[in-house]
Amino acid sequence: MSGAALSSDRGPALSGISRDALILRLGVAILVGWLLLTIAFPLWSLLSKSFQDGDGHFVGLKNYIVYFSTPTLFGSIYNSVWVAVVSTVIVIPIAFIYAYTLTRTKIPLKGLLYSAALLPLFAPSLLSAISLIYLFGNQGLLKGFLFGGSIYGPAGIVLAQVFYCFPHALIILVAALGLADARLYEVADALGTARPRIFWTVTLPGAKFGLINACFVVFTLVVTDFGIAKVIGGQFNVLATDAYKQVVGQQNFAMGAVVGMVLLVPAVAAFVIDRMVQRRQVALLSARAVPLEPKENKLRDWALTAYALVIAGLIVGVLGTAVWASFITYWPYNLSLTLKNYEFGTFDAAAWSPYFNSLKMAALAAIIGTAIVFTGAYLVEKTKVASGGRAIAHLLAMLPMAVPGLVLGLGYVFFVNAAWNPLNIFYGTLIVLVVNSVAHFYTVAHITALTALKQIDPEFESVSASLKVPVWRTFARVTVPICMPAIFDIAIYIFVNALTTVSAVIFLYGPGTKLASVAIVHMDEAGVTAGAAAMATLIVLTALAAKLLHVFLDRFVFMRLQAWRRR
Amino acid sequence: MNKQIDGVSRAGNGSVAAAAPFLRIRNLVKRFGSFVALKDVSLDVTSGEFVCFLGPSGCGKTTLLRAIAGLDPQDEGTIEMGGRDVSHLPPAARDFGIVFQSYALFPNLTVAANVGYGLVNRRRPNSEINARVKELLALVGLSDQETKYPVQLSGGQQQRVALARALATSPGLLLLDEPLSALDARVRLRLRDQIKDLQRRLGVTTIMVTHDQEEAMSMADRIVVMNQGVIDQVGTPSDIYRHPTTAFVADFVGSMTFMDAEIAGPDGVRVGDLNLHCKDAKGFVQGSLVRLGLRPEEVRVRNLDSATQNKIDAKVLSLDFLGSFCRARLNPEAAPGITILADFSANLMRDLAVTEGQKLAIALPPESLRLFARG
Repeated sequence: MSGAALSSDRGPALSGISRDALILRLGVAILVGWLLLTIAFPLWSLLSKSFQDGDGHFVGLKNYIVYFSTPTLFGSIYNSVWVAVVSTVIVIPIAFIYAYTLTRTKIPLKGLLYSAALLPLFAPSLLSAISLIYLFGNQGLLKGFLFGGSIYGPAGIVLAQVFYCFPHALIILVAALGLADARLYEVADALGTARPRIFWTVTLPGAKFGLINACFVVFTLVVTDFGIAKVIGGQFNVLATDAYKQVVGQQNFAMGAVVGMVLLVPAVAAFVIDRMVQRRQVALLSARAVPLEPKENKLRDWALTAYALVIAGLIVGVLGTAVWASFITYWPYNLSLTLKNYEFGTFDAAAWSPYFNSLKMAALAAIIGTAIVFTGAYLVEKTKVASGGRAIAHLLAMLPMAVPGLVLGLGYVFFVNAAWNPLNIFYGTLIVLVVNSVAHFYTVAHITALTALKQIDPEFESVSASLKVPVWRTFARVTVPICMPAIFDIAIYIFVNALTTVSAVIFLYGPGTKLASVAIVHMDEAGVTAGAAAMATLIVLTALAAKLLHVFLDRFVFMRLQAWRRR
Repeated sequence: MNKQIDGVSRAGNGSVAAAAPFLRIRNLVKRFGSFVALKDVSLDVTSGEFVCFLGPSGCGKTTLLRAIAGLDPQDEGTIEMGGRDVSHLPPAARDFGIVFQSYALFPNLTVAANVGYGLVNRRRPNSEINARVKELLALVGLSDQETKYPVQLSGGQQQRVALARALATSPGLLLLDEPLSALDARVRLRLRDQIKDLQRRLGVTTIMVTHDQEEAMSMADRIVVMNQGVIDQVGTPSDIYRHPTTAFVADFVGSMTFMDAEIAGPDGVRVGDLNLHCKDAKGFVQGSLVRLGLRPEEVRVRNLDSATQNKIDAKVLSLDFLGSFCRARLNPEAAPGITILADFSANLMRDLAVTEGQKLAIALPPESLRLFARG
């Protein structure tokens, strides 16, 4: 085809499109490269480290043999799994009834009850452990209730995990129970089915996949959580604390890597089984389903209101204990209020800087992470170039869901710290902490972005192509504005999680970049529980403030800017 | 309705014969995995023509449209547009405007910004763009809606905005992918006329995909009937209706009664015990098995005399009232296993007082009996 045959109008468009495809291909290549660098390579480093001795020589399975012939080490597998199973068995029924109360009854204050139950999401996991120590620990206010038993150990871990995991299970179960076809209930009623039978034959099967998913999520959370076991576990060893002890305590990186690999097994197994189960899920709700409107039932509603109030009260009470304790002069002997626990300089040379490091780190992770995740999801979902590259990018983006933060953190230690890696100049810097947090929380953010993008008409790209408008222009002018609510959801999600996480970053901070959550662990280790509680309180308040700001902006500012959503 | 179709087809025919094809499609093949969506499809579309791709869902009509647009490129074959080989060009390097069933309007942009979306990119002065947007909105009758957002418009209005947006850059080819399917019946009828009228005034070569035969009949100069990835027949609406070349086309466009028959001679067929005259029998070998087709409206009841051919006695099995006419299911006495569909006008129903169970003398005109190879 000769250039002369083209009108001047077509000329630039022609070169424009090859540029378009080029830019998209380049984008996919950069995305894959980024995900390999920040997710795959660190995990690979961990894997290879577990087959090497301290000097980096390949030793085959030697480390694993040592691990499994040391009862104090492999005993932790049993401990971890056992604690996780018990926690799951306790949390799921409590959360299910709570979710049922929120979705299937006509009770007042649903919004408040739901918000109260979600509070633990805005705190580091170890906050509930700190609270339990204040209540039932050696100087506990309610120590007498234990009748001589100790909260330090499996009982404390399970109890703290129940509080920490409750909102995670609740969100899934509320979503599962919230979707129901009223017609199924009408049919069951019309056939004269008794209430309990309707529950067993309609309600429960409808929520089946949500229940299974919630079980796996809670199980994985407990197995992989580091903070709670660290604070309240006492002499009870679990996998997460083992990894920390091997790497930070004994500098035994090879054994740390083996523990990391072992830790990966239950998490990956839960992830894979859950995926397989969810794949069987067929859409229970067709487009023609009629949403279920709960009917009034005085007795049930009163009973469940009382139940929900008790649970919500416990959550607020337990979290509140740590907040309250952070203002107490000398627990439990002098309960007068003070701010001296917030003078961190008196317990730790880093003083307030960990808090500001955390703020800076979380904000950077939110901004950079959101930009990468959303652009990446756009490339994966909306473009047609390099289908192989896009498939790889999607797979890598889904990977962090199955990788515990502690394992990812270990991977980063081995990868970034390696002598051969030119990136090792970043070790201990804020940049590594930011990049690690983005990778750690990538999957949920990626899925949120994909969901938002899938709701956009798939023909927008076709229309712009027919109008010879470059793809980046439609991305900036149409796709991003439409997805603004999802983009802010992603940003706030990364911000809150980066602020509260302990597990991944505990290995990665450097001299000037200690984070607030790490400072909590250190103060707790040093016996300054009040200081730890104070720092945790700061994190909770900051995360809540960010969330409230988000809700406020969403409701009052964006709605005004997005006049086009209103009829 | 027949007369109207006739008129359109003649006008179409006149312009079709003279010009060289604007769009030349040769041997197009498209596969999705092991499924072959297009099997060696070739087609010419003349400049200024309105062509409809008609067929049931999954027949390949949308696949063909998207291949022409370059949105889902073909695996084999060539496409030429205005003498230019565009087979391997990306969509933006081809010259077309497109309208989708879902409208695909940008929800966060005003009507004016949507229509001007493709113009802004051409570095024209704002005043020129505004003038063009106004002109287009006037063309589709939405002059006063400029500042509204898509969500504030009705479905029909949104689709007209999409049409204006597609025409804004004056493309050489307009592609319409089931543009009316998402609208309710009344709006659909009105927009059908508006699109057809607009297309004639602008003279833009247009291809529309539809599964609605009535829509295709009333709008197209030529209809391309597709079935299972191949083109069954191309022709004017009246061609397609009167001289369907395959049983599929006959059945899909309009309705038809099919009966198994055997060729009895050069001008006759046998259906069970019935011997019928049939003009179509010439092309078939005597004794071969065929399918005999007859449109319900061709069944004659009035003015039958001893000279009338193919006169048979039948029993009225049932009558379905369909407004301006009744569809009857008739059972020939000589062939009890066969049911013939017949459309009786309201007039005829009143004059003859047809009732269910009644016996009726009917005639199956030899020139209306279509024969199709069986298989």
